[in-house]
Amino acid sequence: MDYSQFLNMQEEISLLAVILIVFLADLFLCGKEERICAMGNGTALSATACGCGRMNVLPIALMVVHTLINLLPWCGSACTPVEAFGGMYQHTPMMTIVKSVLNVGVIVVMLMSANWLNRPENRIKQGEFHSLVLFTLFGMYLMISSGHFIMFFIGLELASIPMTALIAYDKYRYESAEAGAKFILLALFSSALLLYGISLIYGVTGTLYFDQIADKLQVNLLSIAGLVLFISGMGFKISLVPFHLWTADTYEGAPTVVTGYLSVVSKGSAAFVLMTVIMKVFGSEAFLGLWSTAFFWIIIVTITVANLFAIRQKNLKRFMAYSAISQAGYVVLGIMGGTAQGMTALVFYLLVYLTANLGAFAVLHVVEQHSGKIGMDDYNGLYKTNPKLAFLMTLCLFSLAGIPPFAGFFSKFFIFMAGFNAGYPVLVFIALVNTVISLYYYLLIVKAMYIKTNDEPIAPFRSDCGTRAALVICMAGVLLLGIVSAVYNYIDLFSYGI
Amino acid sequence: MDNNLVNVLYLSSFVFIPLVMLLGLWLAKSLKQVRGVMVTGSSLLLLLAVYLVFDFLGARAADPTSEMLFTGHYLWFAPLHIEYAVGVDGISVAMLLLSAIIVFTGTFASWRLQPLTKEFFLWFTLLSMGVFGFFISTDMFTMFMFYEIALIPMYLLIGVWGSGKKEYAAMKLTLMLMGGSAFLMCGIFGIFYGAGGQTMDVIDIAFQRGGAHAIDFAQQCIWFPLTFVGFGVLGALFPFHTWSPDGHASAPTAVSMLHAGVLMKLGGYGCFRIAMFLLPDAANELGWIFLILTGISVVYGAFSACVQTDLKYINAYSSVSHCGLVLFAILMLNQTACTGAILQMLSHGLMTALFFALIGMIYGRTHTRDVRELNGLMRIMPFLSVCYVIAGLANLGLPGLSGFIAEMTIFVGSFQNADTFHRVLTIIACTSIVITAVYILRLVGKILYGTCTNEHHLKLTDATWDERTAVICLIVAVAGLGLAPLWVSNMVSTGVAPIVDHIHNAAQVVSQSNPFL
Repeated sequence: MDYSQFLNMQEEISLLAVILIVFLADLFLCGKEERICAMGNGTALSATACGCGRMNVLPIALMVVHTLINLLPWCGSACTPVEAFGGMYQHTPMMTIVKSVLNVGVIVVMLMSANWLNRPENRIKQGEFHSLVLFTLFGMYLMISSGHFIMFFIGLELASIPMTALIAYDKYRYESAEAGAKFILLALFSSALLLYGISLIYGVTGTLYFDQIADKLQVNLLSIAGLVLFISGMGFKISLVPFHLWTADTYEGAPTVVTGYLSVVSKGSAAFVLMTVIMKVFGSEAFLGLWSTAFFWIIIVTITVANLFAIRQKNLKRFMAYSAISQAGYVVLGIMGGTAQGMTALVFYLLVYLTANLGAFAVLHVVEQHSGKIGMDDYNGLYKTNPKLAFLMTLCLFSLAGIPPFAGFFSKFFIFMAGFNAGYPVLVFIALVNTVISLYYYLLIVKAMYIKTNDEPIAPFRSDCGTRAALVICMAGVLLLGIVSAVYNYIDLFSYGI
Repeated sequence: MDNNLVNVLYLSSFVFIPLVMLLGLWLAKSLKQVRGVMVTGSSLLLLLAVYLVFDFLGARAADPTSEMLFTGHYLWFAPLHIEYAVGVDGISVAMLLLSAIIVFTGTFASWRLQPLTKEFFLWFTLLSMGVFGFFISTDMFTMFMFYEIALIPMYLLIGVWGSGKKEYAAMKLTLMLMGGSAFLMCGIFGIFYGAGGQTMDVIDIAFQRGGAHAIDFAQQCIWFPLTFVGFGVLGALFPFHTWSPDGHASAPTAVSMLHAGVLMKLGGYGCFRIAMFLLPDAANELGWIFLILTGISVVYGAFSACVQTDLKYINAYSSVSHCGLVLFAILMLNQTACTGAILQMLSHGLMTALFFALIGMIYGRTHTRDVRELNGLMRIMPFLSVCYVIAGLANLGLPGLSGFIAEMTIFVGSFQNADTFHRVLTIIACTSIVITAVYILRLVGKILYGTCTNEHHLKLTDATWDERTAVICLIVAVAGLGLAPLWVSNMVSTGVAPIVDHIHNAAQVVSQSNPFL
């Protein structure tokens, strides 16, 4: 066996190194007495007295190093497409970009969660949080770079099972445990659908390698059933309507940071994988029309239904869940036609969506940490007491709604442009009309914060440095990603169509 | 330095100055500093706009042929052919001057605004940045971007600082205008890809294949209504005008001024520059539908103004009528009428800003805008009342003030179209002058003359220095435009001519689908 092909997987290997270091550090930095002590009398321990405090900094630092190393241009796989293990693992420069986007998301989530993890009830399981997050990220890496359906499926499972543990992280809180149970059941159900689809495709072609399937696959009833099951399975992961029913409950129950992670990183990776796999496996002329029609209707239903449901939400986490579903609809718009322009627009959209959505979640999270409030009415009059947070939230919401000069406007414009160019003007028009509905409900929060008054407003507070760092990163993204055109142009260099 | 870069920087200073103002406001600690930043910035913008007018006139004399002067390009998103492209012609120079005057006077009109003064000016400056950016752009993407930048601050400006049913009005206005921009975005994609998907620059698209047939006729007929309605919503096109009365009535003074004075002009300008210029065949073919709608706007707006009792509602409906006249005139598709349309934009912008400023000042003192509760104000606040009379006279088209010039040009131009359809519509639209006279004169007589019956009003004071500054600036501009219209109309017509020629060069000048021809 030629071991040098492992070098082609250097991104996975460096992530694995990060995971192992975090794993071991957790073992040694957090001593046994402290664990017992923390369990016995958690409140008595100050953060500095415990070695666990360091557990927050280490994974973040390692992730930053890992991201930077992988972005260096001379580091192997960044420039040319490579493969390993006879095509099971495939890598293109575009994937480096997507993985880096996911890395940034993970770093922001870890920054956001630092203060929360230092709370007494969470301190003993800090290490678990970081390891689980990194394991899901590793799963997403495998999924993105897979060239074989088994590899793809392993990555997918690795990305969803630790996620369940994260969702149920507050296991003594009823909602969190319930959300975890809902998520695992539906994740398994969707995996089963996906596996069934894969097995049908295997039955038709006799292979599981993407490239070989693409050569052999003919349009017949079995392969169409395989396609439909594949789209349904992925639809669960991305939470497209009608496969979205788990989303609101899970998002509401999960800890807020995990909700942020789920809505951005997990969803983003799945959307990108859906695009690459569909392009690779079902890229032929005959299938193009089939899945384009399917996505045409899925997008219309997803965007419209999610927008209409979002209007009625009073809990902001549920609200963000429906907002995330409709955003997923816009993301999938980039898949239409399988063009290079669409891929650029999709990846750019993911990046922009990541900064805006995580920024909004950072505000929700920090407010929840300080006041325990998450309802929309609780945000009434936030501008009077916490003007800066309210202002940042406004910028994030404007970016999500696609208002210039924030990055969201550019990403929406480009994804609509890609959809229009791929030949779906009617779809783009319907999506555009929906942006007006989405603007309405985003403005509801702005209205609550700026215009409405409140008898018992959220008291002024100073947020911790972790959250502030996360917010700074997100704001930099919201303000600069669009105007600085180099980002889009750089992504465009590496995108490819069918 | 090469010319391209100089031009980009020169015209972009209209965007950079507001950006620096935003930064200054962000850092400002006291009310005094906020005011200092606003006055410095808006004066600089005004000086720059005046300088640009003279610079433009000089450059135009040297180069009478090119459509746009001071053009500059910076390739922004290369894969999508999106450029940051700037350039001005006679129309946009006039619009920039108008915007600068309104921003300058708007600053003084909201001099004593409370509370959250700093935040108010932040959003106000962002709005003006959008407006300036829109008028300097020649690339559809940047135009659209600045267009939306100008729309969204309205929500907070009305919602936070407004009066009456402000939350409803702010939401309605924002959603309707954003709905319009959804149509517009679709239209822009259609134009871009219909013309080959190689450039977003307005001039390049218009003339790339010798003009008329850059885009298929069938496609033009789809994108024209979308684009025209998209901009028309902002230009108060019937039946999409309903945001205007509510929005204007609820907005604070300076925002009403800027919105009615400048923002609504974005609609007319966009219709002319993008919808008509880039889709000339469809403009000839389908223009009649919108001509009827704008005719309704003109007359209906004027009648509605007659029955209102709120001063701001009266003026808002009057704006619907006058802005309808702008769209009405550009759809007449000839040089005189289109020049008149631009003059009407200037004239309406100035006088409606004057009106809203005065109403705001009266409201600030009497705390009512209900016509039935106001009377005999002439004795109590003579300065404001005299100015109100002047604004009213400008509104009803008294010769010597700006309204007369604009409306006269429009109706002369409209009547040049020899067919019955256009002439009948012109005559119907002309009646709006009479109706305007009715409600203006009744209004002036009711609230200014007679004796004041309300005891509280007797103690009120006349205008303060900052209010006088705002009002006098506007009156000078209104009178200036009315007394010496020729230089403006010459400047404007150099910008109008290429566009009108382009529309006349279209393959199909006579509409086939119009049943009234």
